[in-house]
Amino acid sequence: MNQHLYEALKQVQGFIYPNEIEVHWGILVVLYPYLTGLVAGAFILASLVKVFNVREVYSVYRLSLLTALAFLLVAPLPLLLHLGHPERSFEIFLTPNLTSAMAMFGFVYAWYLMVVLLLEVWFTYRRDLIVWARDKTSPLRWVHRALALFSDDISPEALSFDQKAVKAITIIGVPSAFLLHGYVGFIFGSIKANPWWSSVLIPIVFLFSAMVSGIALVLLLYMVIMPRKGQKIEMACLDKIASYLFYAVIIDFSLECLDFIHRLYESEESIKILSELVMNKLFISLGVMQILLGMLVPLAIMVSIKLFRFEEELRRLLYFLSALLIQLGIFATRWNVVVGGQMFSKSFRGLTVYKMELTGLEGLLMTLALLILPFIVLAVLIRLLPPWDKVAPEAIAD
Amino acid sequence: MKDRVRKIPDPLLRILVVFVLLIGGFLVVRFLLPPSFKDRTQHVKLTIESEMALPARYAGSGPCAECHEEAKVKQTGYHRTLSCETCHGAAKAHVDNPTDVKPVAPRKREFCALCHHFDMSRPTGFPQINPVAHNPMKPCISCHNPHDPKPPTVPQECQACHAEIARTKSLSPHALLECTTCHTVPVEHKVTPRATRASIPSDREFCGKCHGKGSAEVGPPKVDLAAHGEKYLCWQCHYPHMPEVK
Amino acid sequence: MQRRLFVRRLLSVMAISFGSLAVKLRAAAERAGIAEKRFGMGIQVDKCIGCGRCVEACKEENAVPLDPFYFRTWVERYIIRADGEVAVTNIDERITAARDAALEREVMRSFFVPKLCNQCDHPPCVQVCPVGATFSTPEGVVLVDDQRCIGCRYCIQACPYGARYLHPVKKTADKCTFCYHRTSKGMLPACVEVCPTQARIFGDLATTASPLTRFRRMNKLSVLKPHLNTEPKVLYSNLDGEVR
Repeated sequence: MNQHLYEALKQVQGFIYPNEIEVHWGILVVLYPYLTGLVAGAFILASLVKVFNVREVYSVYRLSLLTALAFLLVAPLPLLLHLGHPERSFEIFLTPNLTSAMAMFGFVYAWYLMVVLLLEVWFTYRRDLIVWARDKTSPLRWVHRALALFSDDISPEALSFDQKAVKAITIIGVPSAFLLHGYVGFIFGSIKANPWWSSVLIPIVFLFSAMVSGIALVLLLYMVIMPRKGQKIEMACLDKIASYLFYAVIIDFSLECLDFIHRLYESEESIKILSELVMNKLFISLGVMQILLGMLVPLAIMVSIKLFRFEEELRRLLYFLSALLIQLGIFATRWNVVVGGQMFSKSFRGLTVYKMELTGLEGLLMTLALLILPFIVLAVLIRLLPPWDKVAPEAIAD
Repeated sequence: MKDRVRKIPDPLLRILVVFVLLIGGFLVVRFLLPPSFKDRTQHVKLTIESEMALPARYAGSGPCAECHEEAKVKQTGYHRTLSCETCHGAAKAHVDNPTDVKPVAPRKREFCALCHHFDMSRPTGFPQINPVAHNPMKPCISCHNPHDPKPPTVPQECQACHAEIARTKSLSPHALLECTTCHTVPVEHKVTPRATRASIPSDREFCGKCHGKGSAEVGPPKVDLAAHGEKYLCWQCHYPHMPEVK
Repeated sequence: MQRRLFVRRLLSVMAISFGSLAVKLRAAAERAGIAEKRFGMGIQVDKCIGCGRCVEACKEENAVPLDPFYFRTWVERYIIRADGEVAVTNIDERITAARDAALEREVMRSFFVPKLCNQCDHPPCVQVCPVGATFSTPEGVVLVDDQRCIGCRYCIQACPYGARYLHPVKKTADKCTFCYHRTSKGMLPACVEVCPTQARIFGDLATTASPLTRFRRMNKLSVLKPHLNTEPKVLYSNLDGEVR
């Protein structure tokens, strides 16, 4: 059972505290901030429409909401699978320790799911749900009736309330989205025992990389789903999403540069072992995947798109490529934070290894399954709540 | 009242109903749950109780003397700082059932070697032996009573306890010097080492006996004591057990 | 006449109230005098011979799994060479990677350092537990409620000293408890019991006459990672600056 630990022991460089040989937060804990980051990012993109009235991206508004919902529903799974006693997880609701950032999880998640995301989806779709439910030929009409909470009122007063509600919820939703992902950053940032994590910047970096990954995800989904539905991709919308992606990447990159420069400049005691960590253990995942492929290449692509006028087809290809690289880069970012922080000893005298299993609850196969699952949920949601159904023309944003 | 309700927009009304049900349900469940689920003070109390109820396997030093003379013998010898259980292992089961359960009594060399084989990180003055050279194959207890481990003969060599220093010195230019050349060792030091210490030289002239300009010794490097080393004593720069040669 | 009566009454009221206040203060002082114990441990680094009896005794007493990945206490060996290079190993044979490979190079200092849970007075592990499964007892011992622990491992990440591990069978966090089941009844922890050189000293930090109090009086003391302000209750004497 502990065979992988005996293997890991042989590969320790230097000295680690004996209890540190077991890497406690593995691929599942890498996956959780990645998923909630996508939720937060997709929601922020949606909020651009309702709060900041960016009309060009209106056509992805509902898709963003459904994406956020699909990923939010799957997000607790990696956590539950990782716990030693998932059957006791309800204790977080009953006896939360108020000094623990992790105790916030239950409440923040419940708040975001119930009060923000589900409500916003409901108010957005309520009118269409009623219209679809009234269609006697629709196979899903009972589902739509139930989803509409058996409401049948599409009077102007009710519709205007819907719109006001959506706007209000989005306004609450933006800081809620920040909280949903920011508290994860705080979980790491508040650990004074670990100098790789302990930083004021980590919650902010998490947030902006979340926005980058979420916006990039919606961009990818938009480009993949539209042709499958036989619809044309609106270039104005795509260009606008890519613009916001560009701004978000610039901010994210600046923050990460700031963190890097700050660490090197202050050169605290941990700098030696952390430099060894980056050069030995994280060279590929940080240097190549996070920075080069995940940030510099997409940045270069987007800068050149801004500078030179490429034609549509080339732009689409480059956007797709950038967004894909960005997903890889942000996943690598999460890996570098979570796993990277456990690859060096708190004695500052050694480095260890993380041996990810293939099978098992914390294995690679489970991770892949958890990565695919949200897309399956999204497919179901799109079936139930089609984002671009031409039958019911959507109300224009306020 | 009905007018008020009618004035609430339909969507809001439905959402409110759902939320009232959800929150109400949560509160009801919370209320119905027994205190053992929710009360942290109770959890703390129960944990402390269950922790205190865990079985002890080591008996402690107290009970042994009630039946075993060796405990009294041990009290005055070199092993007085040890517990009986340091060598005999966990013995609570034996205290509870002396006739049926017996603790281990280690008799092999490897056991004593755990503490006494030479290891350079051990503090100076701790008695250490080279297991290969020191009566190989013989059980330690054939010469040393484990409860009063006086060596059968007084150690001739300082290196029985000062092995690291002896090792260092043996690789140095001072290798052929006896420890007693520089240190006066009272006889009691070998019996009660911490109570009676060996002496160390106190002035530069001591080293000057061999290393001073006017010394009759032929081998050692010579310096003019008046000019060399300012106000410092010799060993403040030169480690006597490995005096580096520039 | 009225004034005299008033003053007399006032004085008697004052006397009674001060009197009862004095009684209350005296009772509080007595309570403070017989206050809860605060358990602490002293470690004399210069006496440790690295024999490992303490590690074995702890595993025996507390049923800690025998694999070299789970330690409630362990001993580190430091070898500091003349050129300043520091090599640290765990004395557990199965863990020591390079067995003092280059002993030929000159060694400046070498010593053993026992390590264990520091039972901090300001414990980061207690701070971060999401369900409050880990807590401090009145004696200052940090315990884990293994009926409530959900195995999230946050406390293990938060401990700066590497004192915690996840029990492979119970799937909950586990660590040194100062042998609470022994010390709460006046016995010594197993590691202190078996140490042959009395390098480990255990006692009540609040008491006036004990080996621990003498230790605290006669030695210059330090703790591990003081800059993290965890306020450990494991006190080291003669701790080399290279020890982390």
